[in-house]
Amino acid sequence: MADETINTEVKYSAKDFSSSQDVRWCPGCGDYSILAQMQRVSPDLGIKKENFVWISGIGCSSRFPYYMDTYGFHGIHGRAPAIATGVKVNRPDLSVWVATGDGDLLSIGGNHFIHACRRNVGIKIMLFNNRIYGLTKGQYSPTSEKGKKTKSTPFGSVDFPFNPVSLAIGAGATLIARTFDRDPKHMQAMMKRAADHNGTAFIEIFQNCNIFNDGAFELYTEKESRPENVVVLEHDKPLLFGKNNEFGIKLEGFTPTVINITENGNSVNDVWVHNEFEKTNSRANILSQFTEMEGLPVPIGVFRQETKTTYEEDFQNQINGVKKSRGEGDLRKLLFTGNVWEVNGNGS
Amino acid sequence: MGKTILDLTDVTVRFAGDSGDGMQLTGSQFTNTTALVGNDLSTLPDYPAEIRAPAGTTYGVSGFQLKFSSSDVHTPGDSPDVLVAMNPAALKINLSDLKPNAMIIVNINAFDTRNLKLANYDSNPLEDGSLQGFTVVQVPLSQQTSKALEGIGLTNKEISRSKNFFALGMMYWLYSRPIEPTIEWIKSKFKDSALLAEANEKALMAGYYFGENTELFTTRYQVYPAKLPKGTYRNVSGNEAIALGFITASVKSGLPLFLGSYPITPASDILHELSRHKNFGVRTFQAEDEISAITACLGAAFSGALAITTTSGPGVALKSEAMGLGVMTELPIVIIDIQRGGPSTGLPTKTEQSDLLQAMYGRNGEAPVVVLAASTPADCFYMAYEASRIATKYMVPVMLLSDGYIANGSEPWKIPEPDSIPEIEVKFQTTKEGFQPYNRNENLVRPWAIPGTPGLEHRIGGLEKSNITGNVNYDPLNHEFMVQLRAQKVDNIKHDIPLLEVLGDEDADIAIVGWGGTCGAITEAVRRLRVKGNKVAQIHFKYLNPFPSNTKEVLGRFKKILCPELNMGQLSKILRSQFDVDLVEYNKIQGLPFKSSEIELKFESMTGGNGNGR
Ligand SMILES: Cc1ncc(C[n+]2csc(CCOP(=O)(O)OP(=O)(O)O)c2C)c(N)n1
Ligand code: SF4
Repeated sequence: MADETINTEVKYSAKDFSSSQDVRWCPGCGDYSILAQMQRVSPDLGIKKENFVWISGIGCSSRFPYYMDTYGFHGIHGRAPAIATGVKVNRPDLSVWVATGDGDLLSIGGNHFIHACRRNVGIKIMLFNNRIYGLTKGQYSPTSEKGKKTKSTPFGSVDFPFNPVSLAIGAGATLIARTFDRDPKHMQAMMKRAADHNGTAFIEIFQNCNIFNDGAFELYTEKESRPENVVVLEHDKPLLFGKNNEFGIKLEGFTPTVINITENGNSVNDVWVHNEFEKTNSRANILSQFTEMEGLPVPIGVFRQETKTTYEEDFQNQINGVKKSRGEGDLRKLLFTGNVWEVNGNGS
Repeated sequence: MGKTILDLTDVTVRFAGDSGDGMQLTGSQFTNTTALVGNDLSTLPDYPAEIRAPAGTTYGVSGFQLKFSSSDVHTPGDSPDVLVAMNPAALKINLSDLKPNAMIIVNINAFDTRNLKLANYDSNPLEDGSLQGFTVVQVPLSQQTSKALEGIGLTNKEISRSKNFFALGMMYWLYSRPIEPTIEWIKSKFKDSALLAEANEKALMAGYYFGENTELFTTRYQVYPAKLPKGTYRNVSGNEAIALGFITASVKSGLPLFLGSYPITPASDILHELSRHKNFGVRTFQAEDEISAITACLGAAFSGALAITTTSGPGVALKSEAMGLGVMTELPIVIIDIQRGGPSTGLPTKTEQSDLLQAMYGRNGEAPVVVLAASTPADCFYMAYEASRIATKYMVPVMLLSDGYIANGSEPWKIPEPDSIPEIEVKFQTTKEGFQPYNRNENLVRPWAIPGTPGLEHRIGGLEKSNITGNVNYDPLNHEFMVQLRAQKVDNIKHDIPLLEVLGDEDADIAIVGWGGTCGAITEAVRRLRVKGNKVAQIHFKYLNPFPSNTKEVLGRFKKILCPELNMGQLSKILRSQFDVDLVEYNKIQGLPFKSSEIELKFESMTGGNGNGR
C-alpha cells in the first residue's frame, strides 16, 4: 500500500490530469501513448490530485510534467531522481513520479539512478527507453545496441549497452517492471503497480522514437511477430508464449531454454512458474537477461518486487526517535550549551 | 622554589608536532580553557592534507595557533611568542614565523639522529647555535610522560600518544590556566576506556607539576580576562556557528531544515554538526555527489523546506548548473562555500578567498544569485540566518561564502537570547484566487506554492518562461525581459540590507577595503596604524551581490583604496567594474591568512611611511 493520502471524495477524469499546454512531441512519437495512459490511470490511483508531483530531467520524454496537470518540476539533465529524492524526503505524503529517458537516466544521471534505488526512495521512475537520444537529434544512447550507426557513430558504436532492468535489480530497486508504448492496457497495469508500491518503483517502457530510431521494438509490438517474441510475466503463472501459448521457458540450472510443451513429451509442468516475490533476485536477473540471449522472448510485466522499509520512512523514524529520546529541540538550550561562561560586564 | 608571575596583555602560542601527535586536540583544549578564563581569543588550526603523512617529516607537521588577550583580539596573532615543537620537523617548519626572542619549548627526546634526518637537518639545531636569539627550553617530554605512566598497563606506543597532554599540562601551568575543565573533558571523552582516561589525566597532571617543579622555568605568566560586554559566552568555530545559524533560521521561520551535502574539506563539519541535531527535525541528506546534494535541495525547497547545501570550491563548480535552475525556477536555497586553496584540488586544507568570481559569475547564462560573506567565526551565525532570511523572502538562491580560516578558527561568541532574534516570516500561497506560478509582489517575488496545496497545481522548470503564467516561452523579447527582471529582483535586495559602514577615521584619505575572513587582520592593522598616528579607515563587505546601496558613495569618499585579498584581486576587479574606483591591490595567495603586520606594512609603503596616511 502506498503511503500517499487516499482520496475519498473527488472523482477525477483523465481530462483533469491534462494541462493547458500544447503537447509538442513529433507526430507518431510513442510518448503520446505514455502520456495518455498516465492521464487515464491517474484518476483511479486513489491519490489526491494536489499530491502528485512529476519530476523530470532533460530530453523529449522529460517534457512530460508540462503536460500533466499536477505539480511538476522540469529539472536539469539527469538529475530528476535527486530532485525527486529531495521532494520525497521532505514530504513523504506526496506521490512522486519521475519521467526520464535512457540518456537522461542512464548516462548523465546514472549515479543518481543507482543511488535512489539503493536507498529505496519511494519514487516511481518511468524510463521512456527509445534507445536513442531524441532531443539532441539522434546520437546513440547507453541502451543502443553495439554497432549502432548514428550521427555520432557513423561506423557503428563500440560501446556495450546497459541493461536497464538488470541495473535496477542490481542497484536495489524494489519494484522492477517493463512495458511497451504500444500496449496501453499493460502499460496502465504497470503504472498502477508503480503507484501502489512503497519504495523505488522502476518501469522501463519501450518507446518508439519514429524520427531517430523508428521500429526499434517492432518485433515485440507488431501483431505478427509479438506472440513469439514476448513473454508476459504474471505472478504464479508459467512463462508461456507463442500464438497458442505452445512455448514455455524451462530453467535448467541457471540456463533458460525454450521448449515446445506440445512436443517431445514436454508439458506445462516443466515450465518455470514466475514468482514476483522471490527472496533473492537471481531469477529476476536471469529474466532480465533474456533480451541478450538468442531465441528467448522479451519479458514484460513485473520482474520482481520486494518489501523493504523506504528511505523516507527510516529517515523520518530516525528524526522521531531522536526527538523522543532527547526531547524536541530547544533553541535556547542548543545555543547556551557547551563551554559557556558569564561575563558580568566590568571586565572581571 | 618560588617563581615570579609576570602579567601580560596578550600571548600568541603555537603548538606544532607530527600529525599523529594530537596537536589540534591540544590546541582546542587550550583554547576552550582560555575562553573559560575570560580572555578574548582567536585561533588558527593548520594541518596537512594528508591524514597521516610519514611521521617526523616536514610535510606531516600539524599546527595550532592561538592568540589570547585581556583586550580585543581580531586575529590569531602574526608571530608566535611561544612555540611548542614536538619534533625537529615542527621546529624547522615554524621557526621563521616566530617573534625575535620567542620562547621555543622542544621535546628534547625527539631530537635524535633519525628525526633530525627526517626533518633534513644536517646538524642538531639545539646544539649548533642556530637558535640564538630565542629562549630554548628543552623538556624531556617523551621521557617524562613515560615515567608518569609507568606500570599503568599501556603499551609504549599508547603511552607515547599521551605526551600531548603532558605538553598541555605544562602550558597550563606556564600560563596559569585551570586544569579542571580538561580533566572533565577527558573523563567524558574517554568514558568507555577508564585506562586511557586515567593515562591522559595523569599525563596532564604530570605536565602541570613538571612546570611547577622544574628549574627550566623561572617565570610563569598571567593574562587577565578581557573586558568583554556583559553576557553569556561560548567559544565557536565558524562551521559550528553556521550550523547553529541555520537551525535558528529554521526555528524562526517554522520551516523544516533540509541539508543536502557531499563531504568536502573544510565544509564537512557543518554536515557533522547539523547531523547531531535531528531533534530539531533537521533533515541531513548525505548525497552521492554535489549535484545530487543541490538538486535534492531544489526538490526540498519546491516542497516547502528551508533548503541548504554546504560545500567548498570544487563542489560549487559541480553545483553551478543547478544554481542556474534555482535562479530560473525562483526557488529559495542557500549554497555555502567554505573556500579553500584552488584551482582543482589545490590546497584542500588551506584557506583562500578565490571563489568570489565563481560565486558572482560562475554559471551559464545571466544567472545572478545573492552573494554574502561571513567575516569572523561568530559572524557565521548571523550570516547563515541572514542568508536564510533573504532566500525565503525573495525566493532566490543565496550563496554564503566562508573560508577555511574562519571555518576552523574560533572565537568567543556572545550568545544571543533567542527571543531577541526576529522571526523569519514565510507565507506559502494557499488560495486559488489570482494564483499564477510567476505572479509577483512589490519586490518582484513569486509566490511559494507547494505541492499538496489543492488547486495550485503548476509546473516550474529550467526552460525560459512567460512572466506571471510561467508557460514555456522562447520569444526573444520575452527572454530579454525575463533576464532583466531576474536581475532587477536580486538588485532590489540592496534596499533590505545594512548600509556599508566606515570604521576608523572617516576623514582619512585611504580606506582599507576587504571582504569575508580577512576582516580581523584588517581591523587589527587599522588599529595599530591608528595607534601609530596614521589616519586610516576600514570598509568591510559582507554583502557582495547586491552591494549595499551606499557603496559607490562610500568608496568615493576616499582618495585611495587599499584592497587586501587572499586571491589575485577578485573583489578589486568587481569594484573597478561596478564603481570605477581607483584602488591598490594587495594579493596574497599562499594558503595562509593575512598577518595584520603585512597589511600594516603595505599601507605604510603606500604612504611612504610618513605617518598620517595622507
Ligand atoms: C548538462 C547537459 N548536457 C547535455 C545536454 C543535451 N541533452 C539534452 S537531452 C539529451 C539526451 C536525451 O536523450 P534521452 O534521455 O534518451 O531522451 P529522449 O530525448 O530520447 O526522450 C542531451 C544529451 C543538456 N541539456 N544538458
Ligand atoms: S525525437 Fe523521437 S522521442 Fe523525441 S519527440 Fe520526436 S519521436 Fe519522440
